Amino acid sequence: MTAITVDRLHKTYLVPEREGGLRAAVGALVRRRRREVHAVTDVGFTIEPGEVVGFLGPNGAGKTTTLKMLSGLLHPTSGTATVLGHVPWERDRRYLGQMALIMGQRNQLQWDIPVLDSYKLNQAVFRIPDADFKARVEELSELLALEELLRKPVRNLSLGERMKCEIAGSLLHAPQVLFLDEPTIGLDVAMQRRIRSFVAEYNRRTGACVMLTSHYMADVEALCRRVIVIHHGRLLFDGALEELVHRFAGDKTINVELADEHPLDPAALGPLVDGHAVERSATGFSVRVPKAETPRVAARLLAGLPVSDLVIEEPPIESVIEQVFEATSAEVDGG
Amino acid sequence: MADVATRPVSGRPDFSKVSFGALRRYYVGEFGASTANNLAYRGAVAIWVVTTVIQPMVSIVVWRTVAGPAGEVNGFTSAEFVTYFAITMLVDHLTFIWLMWEFEWRIRTGAMSPLLLRPIHPIHKDVCDNLSYKVIGLVGVLPAMVLLVIGFGGDVSGIGVVQVLTFLPALVLAMAVRFLLEWVLALSAFWLTKVSALNNLYFSLFLFLSGSFAPLAVLPEAVRTLAHASPFPWIVSFPVEVALGRRTGAEVWVGYLAQLGWILVALVLLRVVWRRAVRVYSAVGS
Ligand SMILES: Nc1ncnc2c1ncn2[C@@H]1O[C@H](COP(=O)(O)OP(=O)(O)OP(=O)(O)O)[C@@H](O)[C@H]1O
Ligand SMILES: [Mg+2]
Repeated sequence: MTAITVDRLHKTYLVPEREGGLRAAVGALVRRRRREVHAVTDVGFTIEPGEVVGFLGPNGAGKTTTLKMLSGLLHPTSGTATVLGHVPWERDRRYLGQMALIMGQRNQLQWDIPVLDSYKLNQAVFRIPDADFKARVEELSELLALEELLRKPVRNLSLGERMKCEIAGSLLHAPQVLFLDEPTIGLDVAMQRRIRSFVAEYNRRTGACVMLTSHYMADVEALCRRVIVIHHGRLLFDGALEELVHRFAGDKTINVELADEHPLDPAALGPLVDGHAVERSATGFSVRVPKAETPRVAARLLAGLPVSDLVIEEPPIESVIEQVFEATSAEVDGG
Repeated sequence: MADVATRPVSGRPDFSKVSFGALRRYYVGEFGASTANNLAYRGAVAIWVVTTVIQPMVSIVVWRTVAGPAGEVNGFTSAEFVTYFAITMLVDHLTFIWLMWEFEWRIRTGAMSPLLLRPIHPIHKDVCDNLSYKVIGLVGVLPAMVLLVIGFGGDVSGIGVVQVLTFLPALVLAMAVRFLLEWVLALSAFWLTKVSALNNLYFSLFLFLSGSFAPLAVLPEAVRTLAHASPFPWIVSFPVEVALGRRTGAEVWVGYLAQLGWILVALVLLRVVWRRAVRVYSAVGS
């Protein structure tokens, strides 16, 4: 059985259109003009239990909107979805009781009471038996190093500390589906890494299925073998991360190490690399060439130069993603 | 390290059934949290209580002047006005809720979202918050009530054990009527971005029709008729008059029934409106 099935999901927000000035305000009283924002358009995918899927897209792509529908906060304009056999927006308590949505910018813990007291409240809400509660708090606080924090009121915690406590608090009921919306936003590199490895560990231990959005590619690379990319509310890509790179990366980088102190003649090098810009290093050079030409250029370099080592690299995922978004932006804007 | 979470969860709790044990535990926890919260902001609570106490003082001074030292207005003597407003203060404090502003804030900031993600109806949290505030406020309001009666020479001759005992159920039912009605009304924030205009209208109506401004007996006939078509008299006027001994026998039972009736109406509305409200919820905020 699949954990999440989404089919032709649409969400259109109606936002009141406001022009400045008194006249417009008076006019708006009479007839409220609304503008449609197509936040999610015709999105579909399925996710298996235990999968960790990266949900990518630039700002405003519709990621949060999708996660809000899947967690039951929002009713879609049209389309269907089932998560763990439930229609999320029917908000059946049996569904809410085994799901968690964690948003990096939102607080679910009570501000003025100690973290542990908030957890106890969650214990009552989610009807967690005492033994399970105790064991899970212990386990989570060990994994996330919360020991010192549990007795402090939330308002006294730093952003990173609060995030750790938020995450642990949202997992006390052992959700089988986890929606993480930018869980590492604003955190330092060490804390990001800690949260990443924690999510991986949680997934490994519980077999929960995880959907994660992040603008930090390190999160995605570390956690998700599969990514779903949306842009302007539409699905762009759904598949393995390597496949995304393979499909969308236009260029590859050829790194060349030269034998001994071979004097490199830029004039001679030009034709060998089809005139692409060359970046010199201490012991060689690197050059970016279109993907289709890499074999030919590499062969020519090997034949024409005293090469000691030659490596062909995929570009960093960040730049691939950037390319994907730019390409489709142009497409959408142009058409 | 024990792989506790890995262990298949030994049967998830059945959320399709109401568990009173779980609910009780939640109420205890949430009540504690609200109280901690209220105590952290006790300055604000104290100011609010002071405002609650000033209002009846103004009313007492005004209506004593209207009645004159020996005279009366429609069966209310000066001394009875004092007692009326002193008890009204207590009832007002114990029934007052501020949910309409709370809901506007929750929706404008997205703070509603976490409440919607939990397998428990958000109304339970509001009940706890409300009770906690009321209990804490009593520390100021109860002595203030006694001081008002003594200080202004209130007439307590009609108040005995029977009146107090019949007053208590009327008070509890009044709390429920007002809480449920205003909870439903507060849901309008799901449709309207600004609810203050609606709130002001509501509170003006409430002030006059509930008996908070003056005993209904001294108001014009038209106002009284209007009032009795509304739930408001059952929230303030009725419990206060029961306490004063002005309602007795069958009148008390009719009052209880009317209160129960309005509770039923509010519950039905709540069910219907809440369902629609979550449908239109737009969950602002990332
Ligand atoms: N509550 C709302 N009312 C109206 N429009 C909204 C609302 N929430 C989001 N939008 C609009 O819908 C679109 C998608 O927003 P969404 O928050 O889903 O994007 P996102 O992919 O999460 O972006 P980000 O990476 O910036 O978080 C945007 O154009 C946004 O302006
Ligand atoms: Mg977002």
